[in-house]
Amino acid sequence: MQDEKNKKGIIKMDSKFLKIDISSSPHVKRPVDVKKIMRNVVFALLPVSAFAVYAFGISALTLIVTTTFFSVVTEYVIDLIEKKESTVGDYSAVITGLLLGLTLPPGFPIWMAALGGIVSIALGKYLFGGLGFNVYNPALVGRGFLQAAFPVSISTWHPSFQADRFTSFFSSNLAFPFAKPTVDSVSGATPLAAFKFEQKSTEVANLIFGQTDGSLGETGGLLILLCGMYLAVRKMLDWRIPAGIFAAVILLSVIFNLINPEKYPSAMFMLFSGGLMIGAVFMATDMVTSPVTSLGTWLYAIMIGILIYVIRVWGGLPEGVMFAILLGNSLAPIFNILTKPRVYGTKKAGAK
Amino acid sequence: MANSFKHGIHPPEKKEISADKSIKRFPFAPYLVIHLAQHIGKPAKAIVKEGQEVQRGQKIAEADGFVSVPMHSPATGVIKKIAPMLDFDGKMSPSIIIEPHPGSDQNVLVGREVEPDSLTPEEIVKAVQEMGMVGLGGAAFPSHVKFSPPKDKPVQTLIINGAECEPYLTSDYRVMLEQAKRILRGIKIVMKALGAKETIIGIEDNKKDAAQVLKDAISVDDSAVKYVKVEVLKTKYPQGAEKMLTKALVNKEIPSGGLPADIGVMVSNIATVSEIGELLPKGQGLIERVVTISGKGVDNPGNYLIPMGTPLEFVLKHAGVNEKARHVIFGGPMMGKSAAYLEMPITKGASGILVMTEEEHAPKKQKVYPCIRCGECVNACPLFLNPSRLGILARNDEFDKMAEDYNLNDCFECGSCTYVCPSNIPLVQYFRVAKKVLREGRQRKQQSIAG
Repeated sequence: MQDEKNKKGIIKMDSKFLKIDISSSPHVKRPVDVKKIMRNVVFALLPVSAFAVYAFGISALTLIVTTTFFSVVTEYVIDLIEKKESTVGDYSAVITGLLLGLTLPPGFPIWMAALGGIVSIALGKYLFGGLGFNVYNPALVGRGFLQAAFPVSISTWHPSFQADRFTSFFSSNLAFPFAKPTVDSVSGATPLAAFKFEQKSTEVANLIFGQTDGSLGETGGLLILLCGMYLAVRKMLDWRIPAGIFAAVILLSVIFNLINPEKYPSAMFMLFSGGLMIGAVFMATDMVTSPVTSLGTWLYAIMIGILIYVIRVWGGLPEGVMFAILLGNSLAPIFNILTKPRVYGTKKAGAK
Repeated sequence: MANSFKHGIHPPEKKEISADKSIKRFPFAPYLVIHLAQHIGKPAKAIVKEGQEVQRGQKIAEADGFVSVPMHSPATGVIKKIAPMLDFDGKMSPSIIIEPHPGSDQNVLVGREVEPDSLTPEEIVKAVQEMGMVGLGGAAFPSHVKFSPPKDKPVQTLIINGAECEPYLTSDYRVMLEQAKRILRGIKIVMKALGAKETIIGIEDNKKDAAQVLKDAISVDDSAVKYVKVEVLKTKYPQGAEKMLTKALVNKEIPSGGLPADIGVMVSNIATVSEIGELLPKGQGLIERVVTISGKGVDNPGNYLIPMGTPLEFVLKHAGVNEKARHVIFGGPMMGKSAAYLEMPITKGASGILVMTEEEHAPKKQKVYPCIRCGECVNACPLFLNPSRLGILARNDEFDKMAEDYNLNDCFECGSCTYVCPSNIPLVQYFRVAKKVLREGRQRKQQSIAG
């Protein structure tokens, strides 16, 4: 009765004149989401991939397409099996596939690359629970698997800029599954291996502009750096990680190079050779597998830089980027805990 | 280099929509609704009867206890009804409904003028309560309670919040440009009540002209020049939060769970001191306030002096609401509350009315991705909490752990984490729920012990 009176007599209300939606604050939102970030990382990887194709021809194109295709298909199939909404649309599997492809040597057998794509997603990502839950960078898990399973194929290098690169494959690309791949008569050596095992140095300018041998995506140092800067400027990549890795490597290189330039390579050589540039810019920066705190991020980056130097210079392998990042990934949660900042208004870190 | 705090975010400011619109008086709505419980504390008690004639400025409800404030009539008219009306939370709240007389000249009832210098601190506190004064920044906490800190915690520094860090809002900016003298008068009164030694006015560097106006006003005021200073702060959200302001201006942190008085400061909003400076000497009550009306959903955005109790519907129509309007928000876009009913009136805590279109507002349905541990929220949280971790705990209903190990209760819900999250995880919304669950759990426990 009371309500009726309210409606009729005392107050005439016409709230139907405007249809309004309600929502809980904040009512504005930064126009950036996971999909947009991932899509931009893919954009940033495209020039690097294009350069790989330019340098190594159809072998590179086929390898990169293969790893990407199998990564995406694996993600799609696992989602189907788990009866989950497909997550292929978030582009993260594309990144994994591209990155894996870029870490392979140009003459790598294609069937192995396909296997690498499947392992990256299945073991590197879904074993842990999918996007956001993986401990290790999935592409590096795939790469690590391939290195353990096919140690010869993954360390056989073919020279870049062959005259017939756009018309023919390296013969080892087409190796039949589980058959022993034929080794090409012309086989090159990466600048790092040349330095380590033959004490042969490579012109730094050639490293910067990609005129050397090596894995598909690691030869164009400057291009990788520029693509990374695009992401950093758009705030889709944490610049502190490459900066910390570079700083650690440069510092160690300069010190030891001063002591004995014959034995220890120069800082520029260290930065632009091997997988350091692509690892520091595109792999160590994987958000899921790097720390979240500011100080933790710096420690993580510096530790990876030191490990790269130590493995390259004193370790048994010519290259150490992959293992350095995988080790860094496994310590990321510890860095988060150790560097938990002091909460405003509390006495010490983690105080209740 | 302007002072600031660490972390925080930079949402688009959108102040240009209304910044250059000077404060304009709003007309009277056909009826005004005065909620008796629009402040924190006990509701006021009505002292008028239905059908009674009231004059603009006349007290119509009195404070019920110390943490409570009286209400004054915003218009000369007749008390139409004393009945429950919808309030913010969708509950029926006791209210006084006034119908202004259309023919009245609407002169404000002359109050008992006082000379603030002759008042003792206790008398100022009493007078501020009599004004019905609450914090105009949004919290609507009774001002006189803040002006009476515990005896063992004297306040040395009065901090005046002129940061206005919420996007869109420009009412404080206009108040600073247009009411500098009132502000200084108010500061002197509040300082006397508190026994404070100095006052710092913090203003973000996107309002340098307002800072200059205040500096000029201080320089020609013999007494203010000695103890009032203006500090320019970096434009960053949530610069105007109590905890951030004290960090930026006096480089001290309010202890977790404590009060500003614990570190000898008191923070007050600039509009609050301006109203005190104007109304207290005249012995009048708070009957209107400056409100920013902004957003693409209105054709006449601006800063308006609106009588308390004006229904939203009237406000929107007068501001030229257009057909694109979809969201009506009390306050700023970061911490403001959605209005669910247009019957709701302007209250003392309403600093802004945003009328947003669908495009302006955060998307209604966003795909939520898993947390990718990007750290954006960790680097946005002004309190150095870990929203990412808290969010994961909230999903697992581990509310106790959130409070005990991850300082949930320090969070003042600024919304920075939700704003930046690329996975669209509603973090601050989770935290609100978690706090509510914990609060209710505690209450039940107390009741069962008592019972």
